[in-house]
Amino acid sequence: MNISSLLSALPGAIAQGLIWGVMAIGVYLTYKVLDIADLTVDGTMATGGAVCVMMMLNGANLWLALLCAVLAGMIAGLVTGLFHTAMGIPAILAGILTQLSLYSINLAIMGFKANQGINVRNYHLLVTSRNVKVLGLNNPILVMIIVTAILIGVLYWYFGREIGAALRATGSNEHMARAQGINVNRCKIIGLMISNGIVALASALYAQYQGAVDVNMGRGGIVIGLAAVIISSVIFGKIFHNFALKLLGVSLGAVIYYIVIQIVLWLGLNTNMLKLLSALVVAIFLAIPYWKGKLSKSKSSKEVRNA
Amino acid sequence: MLDLVNLRKTFNPNTINQKIALDGVSLHLDDGDFVTMIGGNGAGKSTLLNAIAGVWPIDDGKVIIDGNDVTSLSEHQRAPWLGRVFQDPMRGTAATMQIIENLALAKRRGQKRGLKPGVTKPEKDEYKALLATLGLGLEDRLTSKVGVLSGGQRQALTLLMATLNKPKLLLLDEHTAALDPRTAEKVLQLSNQIITENRLMTMMVTHNMKDAIRFGNRLIMMNEGRIILDIKGEDKAKLTVRDLMDEFAKASGEELANDRALLS
Repeated sequence: MNISSLLSALPGAIAQGLIWGVMAIGVYLTYKVLDIADLTVDGTMATGGAVCVMMMLNGANLWLALLCAVLAGMIAGLVTGLFHTAMGIPAILAGILTQLSLYSINLAIMGFKANQGINVRNYHLLVTSRNVKVLGLNNPILVMIIVTAILIGVLYWYFGREIGAALRATGSNEHMARAQGINVNRCKIIGLMISNGIVALASALYAQYQGAVDVNMGRGGIVIGLAAVIISSVIFGKIFHNFALKLLGVSLGAVIYYIVIQIVLWLGLNTNMLKLLSALVVAIFLAIPYWKGKLSKSKSSKEVRNA
Repeated sequence: MLDLVNLRKTFNPNTINQKIALDGVSLHLDDGDFVTMIGGNGAGKSTLLNAIAGVWPIDDGKVIIDGNDVTSLSEHQRAPWLGRVFQDPMRGTAATMQIIENLALAKRRGQKRGLKPGVTKPEKDEYKALLATLGLGLEDRLTSKVGVLSGGQRQALTLLMATLNKPKLLLLDEHTAALDPRTAEKVLQLSNQIITENRLMTMMVTHNMKDAIRFGNRLIMMNEGRIILDIKGEDKAKLTVRDLMDEFAKASGEELANDRALLS
């Protein structure tokens, strides 16, 4: 265990964290803004990469491939939204159904192979792990900071618009939203589409970063996304009140998550145990507000008894 | 104008929990009518308001607001005509959004929501002036989250939101029942003031007979999904709580056993 091996692994962790931070921003929009736990993202986190890589392997331009990846994610979100609103399936189940069907679809996109590689030497990629220690404009950390900044800017603008406010109202109080003439079903669908579009973008970037897309790339993605959201609300919840800062916090949350993971691996944890660790950490952090609520309730009832 | 034609609604039909909530309710209101509605628990008062608002489809009948048959429209599609305040103060506002954002959402009721700004600068001054009329000090807290307000403050805000666009019909569903007596009185007075100033056609459900008599120009009593009493104008002005209780006993053949009504 020498510290230099950890330090040399940090740039990679930061770059990965920033990419997953984009994904986590997508999760934040459904989980926190719309108040829906959307499990579609586990599938979408592979779909975006599959579309992007396959299109580029077939000669498409990088930007066109990224755009189509986003659109594919949005379609996945649309399907979950329709399952939920038009067919009355509970949101969490609607997401699971789309996620499952995406497994087949992702394989189909990838020509029924479990993974497809794309080599940075032959293709122009936006981010690649090879440049993670390069000082220059092609460093994936720098590229991801720019991508994240643009994404946060666009989302901040959008959620300040009338339609964005309607989306937030839908997540905050459906009754109120309906009474104010807001079509909450439409809002949920739009929100799911935006969220999954963003996740697919993260997926496409992650596939480029790794130099390959894998059908299992998104497995457990929702947990990583939630971890970032929760880490952000624990660390920055008290200081970040502005919407743009909250999104920034989520991105930083993902970076912190990946740094912690790197440290845990450096301490000698078996890589295969990572998912268990992530799940347990998220479970505990999800429980904390509940426990806090219980504690303060029993405290206040004690006070009443004493009075 | 509001026309309700023979509204019928049965909950849980053909089950052991079957409940006929609306049993052929017809009602005509003129513009500017302020109707107070009373009746025992489960009489169908709130159900009637929900049927008008389109919370769920009715089994039979027609809801016509201002000449528009809205029977087949969903809840959000009817919103342009309606202002609503609910019993639960948590229901009428978005807790995680700012006061000004809530008002801006209400301001755009019935309009297409696109990519225009969610709140514009001139609106800020408008809302500030409006909030000042409440006398609750909310005009200095425009960017506070609604979640930090008290129940009374939230109801007052909801009332403001419901009447911001001068709705064709204002539906108040026991909107002061969850408040302490002093706050309730304040919100009631405020409601009355807004309604009479703007001549808003209003239906107000209340459990308090005195309030039902005190406010409005028309009083409706419901029982078992039907309107059993409808008193207007002069007759309403002369009403007493005793009259109402006698009327209830006569019309329904049973005593009105409602502690809240008796004690208030």
